[in-house]
Amino acid sequence: MRALANRRARVLALAILLAAVLAGVYALGLLIPEEAIAGSYLQAGQAPSLSHPFGTDALGRDLLLRTLKGLSTSMTVGIAASLISAGIAVLVGIASAIGSRRVDAGINWGIDLVMGVPHTILVMLISFALGRGLKGLLVGIAATHWCSLARLIRAEVLQLRGQPYVAVSRKLGKSSAWILVHHLLPHLMPQFLVGLILLFPHAILHEASVSFLGFGLPPEQPAIGIILSESMRYLSAGQWWSAVLPGAALVLLVLLVDRLGEQVRRVLDPWSAQE
Amino acid sequence: MALEAKNVSFRYGRRGPFVLEDVSLRVERGERVALFAPSGRGKTTLALLLAGYARPQSGQILLEGKPLPETGVCPVQLIWQHPEKAINPRWRLRRVLEESGAIHEEDLVALGIERAWLDRFPRELSGGELQRFCVARALCSGAPYLILDEISTMLDGITQAQIWNALLEAAEARSLGLLAVTHNPALAQRIATRTVEL
Repeated sequence: MRALANRRARVLALAILLAAVLAGVYALGLLIPEEAIAGSYLQAGQAPSLSHPFGTDALGRDLLLRTLKGLSTSMTVGIAASLISAGIAVLVGIASAIGSRRVDAGINWGIDLVMGVPHTILVMLISFALGRGLKGLLVGIAATHWCSLARLIRAEVLQLRGQPYVAVSRKLGKSSAWILVHHLLPHLMPQFLVGLILLFPHAILHEASVSFLGFGLPPEQPAIGIILSESMRYLSAGQWWSAVLPGAALVLLVLLVDRLGEQVRRVLDPWSAQE
Repeated sequence: MALEAKNVSFRYGRRGPFVLEDVSLRVERGERVALFAPSGRGKTTLALLLAGYARPQSGQILLEGKPLPETGVCPVQLIWQHPEKAINPRWRLRRVLEESGAIHEEDLVALGIERAWLDRFPRELSGGELQRFCVARALCSGAPYLILDEISTMLDGITQAQIWNALLEAAEARSLGLLAVTHNPALAQRIATRTVEL
């Protein structure tokens, strides 16, 4: 019991820390004015110093401010895309488990189809087809990340539907919709929550990698992927900071969210909750 | 006024062996029938068929001469062998009882259900305590026929006696039709007005 309380406390602390970091980064990204990022060639290519902790890029722009603004863009994409994706996963998973055999087969075929193509390529294709930019990227990521969660939820619903208490509920005169809302959905909440949190780092990394490859956000928008792809040109000139520091910031954010998801899963998962 | 199975045959899947072949059974209201058979003869299957959980491949399940209603509270309620599976583990027990429509105080008293249990979760109660809730839920639903599928097999003697006493009293007072599936000849003799061998 005590160990559980400890883990709960840890998860809560981690969640609060993460929420603070995310909110802070997000707010800073919104608050930093465009002029603050506008660089001057007098300061081009400076190594990290007290006045520019992340150094400056080849155009003399402060990299810390650009990184923060980039992270906030990435987070917008990440949160929106993982929310949409998890929503699709729940709908599709439930439809597949409850629908007729033909619906189930069709959905499983669709899942195999989407999973059969490497994510990055599919995101690039969709984003490119929709004219890139924020919209293309969002749709691309949201449309490709629901598959494994949908499978999980389908399996969960199938298993729940076989439970005697669901059969009893039906014999007590409850409708399918009532059973879905009162018996099934509450059981799916943990899967949904953990899936949502663990989707977020995926979404951010794909946003960065697709933008890095030039199929995502436009070059004038500060995004981690854009910063990294610009820095490539100057790495050979010894400007290591322009790639390493923004990259490390991205990795840190992703790790933080991933760790949170893992902890939440361990608290909600009955196999590990009592540890 | 009876629940009856007429020449019922059933098998699981399309090619499986027949679990039940040409079985007929009749339970009148106010009658307590013990269904008695060794393992693997399809006792539970017959219980599922009579309560409308499954449909026979041939033959009919008739309630007062008509097929069982598809919607609404089923007038034949099945009490399962394993109470912990027949109760949603995420629900407090008050909600479990409320699912049947209404909570009747006198049923709870007769079954020895304590008020404090209503606010607990299923994992906080023992199997015997949970089975009382399953019985209470079936009684509260107002169904005139109850199918009891080995409901006391895994319970201690005192709990068995308490549950059966409450059930027999309720059956007497409301002239319920009971079909008790059991392995135990002594129990069958004690509770039933008639014994049927499958």
